[in-house]
Amino acid sequence: MTQRMALLVGTPKGAFVLDGDADRHDWRLRGPLCQGWPIHDVSVEPDTGALLAAGGSTWYGPAVWRSEDLGATWTHSSEGISYGDDGPKITTAWNVTAAHGIIYAGVEPAGLFRSRDRGRTWEHVAGLTAHPTRPEWQPGNGGLILHSIVPHRTDVDRLWVGISAVGAFETTDGGATWETRNKGVRAGFAPVEYPEFGQCVHKLVMAADGGEHLYQQNHCGVYRSADGGRQWEEITNGLPSEFGFPMAAHPRDPGTVWTIPLNGADRGRYMPDGSAAVWRTHDGGDTWIRSGKGLPRRDAYVGVLREAMAVDRLDPVGVYFGTSTGQLYSSSDEGRTWSMIADNLPPIWSVEAAVLA
Amino acid sequence: MTEGAAPAIVHLPRSLVALFPGVERRVPAEGATVAEVIDDLDRQVPGIRNRLLDAGPSIRTHINIYVAAERASLDTPVTPGADVHVVPAVSGGR
Repeated sequence: MTQRMALLVGTPKGAFVLDGDADRHDWRLRGPLCQGWPIHDVSVEPDTGALLAAGGSTWYGPAVWRSEDLGATWTHSSEGISYGDDGPKITTAWNVTAAHGIIYAGVEPAGLFRSRDRGRTWEHVAGLTAHPTRPEWQPGNGGLILHSIVPHRTDVDRLWVGISAVGAFETTDGGATWETRNKGVRAGFAPVEYPEFGQCVHKLVMAADGGEHLYQQNHCGVYRSADGGRQWEEITNGLPSEFGFPMAAHPRDPGTVWTIPLNGADRGRYMPDGSAAVWRTHDGGDTWIRSGKGLPRRDAYVGVLREAMAVDRLDPVGVYFGTSTGQLYSSSDEGRTWSMIADNLPPIWSVEAAVLA
Repeated sequence: MTEGAAPAIVHLPRSLVALFPGVERRVPAEGATVAEVIDDLDRQVPGIRNRLLDAGPSIRTHINIYVAAERASLDTPVTPGADVHVVPAVSGGR
């Protein structure tokens, strides 16, 4: 069967789609989509192939967009995405993730919503907002945002979320109750180095074996967990910086993840020494390998944001990342060599890779 | 509103009707206040209320509504046949 690829890109000036084939060499750009709204995340509903886009307009507020024709036409809804008339106003949707027939949306200020009717209406997952730590949640530099949503592969009742400057949480009962999952994660900026919460998780991903192995890129280091986040182990050693935003996990090898270290939180947040590189591990973070082949070797003072790296599920795996200065890079050999496939886009907020039949 | 009275005419901005394919820039809607007119508008264009109003409910920060060319709130009375303009604020720069 001929396979087609679609790279889904979210930017502050709308969503874009790059259409390609399984060779992953030639790409054609479509967009801007979603009426030029700021779009933080574009993903695929696994069971239908529908595109989902999370964003928020300066004028018209937050919404989750949906396209059932690969981006040609869209609908949108925020019906139910509200903390109620007495609650805080929701500015934007940061993440949209579908699994098990449910669509989840993470919003700012941080909270989780879900839809059981393909995104037409939404309900607040109030159990997370009711967590006893909620009154003490403080926004990070990017706001108080729920940006990572990680559903368990088979257990519909298990879900992890990541909230900037608050940390990771897990529910095992479908969202009714939640527990913090930050043990072993540093909060180097806080008076207590290992608090129960307050860690600044930047991106949370699940390893390929699909259940208990998680990774996270944090404000303060890179971590792995073998028990669903109950205990984290730092794996920063070998990387040029503890700071970065994105992380992506191999679709079949649980020991392989990619990350893009930036020079530091308070030093400009660009690739170290202006030399672009993606780092990967094949042994769960015991050792790290740098690859900059095909990327700018100097004068590249670019950043990559938390949602702006993705992998496909072809063999070998394709890896993609978009920069805060509008370049999109692709590797079709699991991150060993790179080439630029789009330039002059708006700042890239998110990248997702979809393999279409 | 008196039965049979002329509805208000709601003038919608291009960026808003673009979100609802097929909707005209001018839509008749009934109601004695801006809030009621928006409710009627939402019956005709499901979802448009969420684009105009925030929690509270309140008119979204960067949306202005005018009745007969006067800046309005949700409580502002709307007389039959009045022109109601929805105007996005000139915001931004990014």
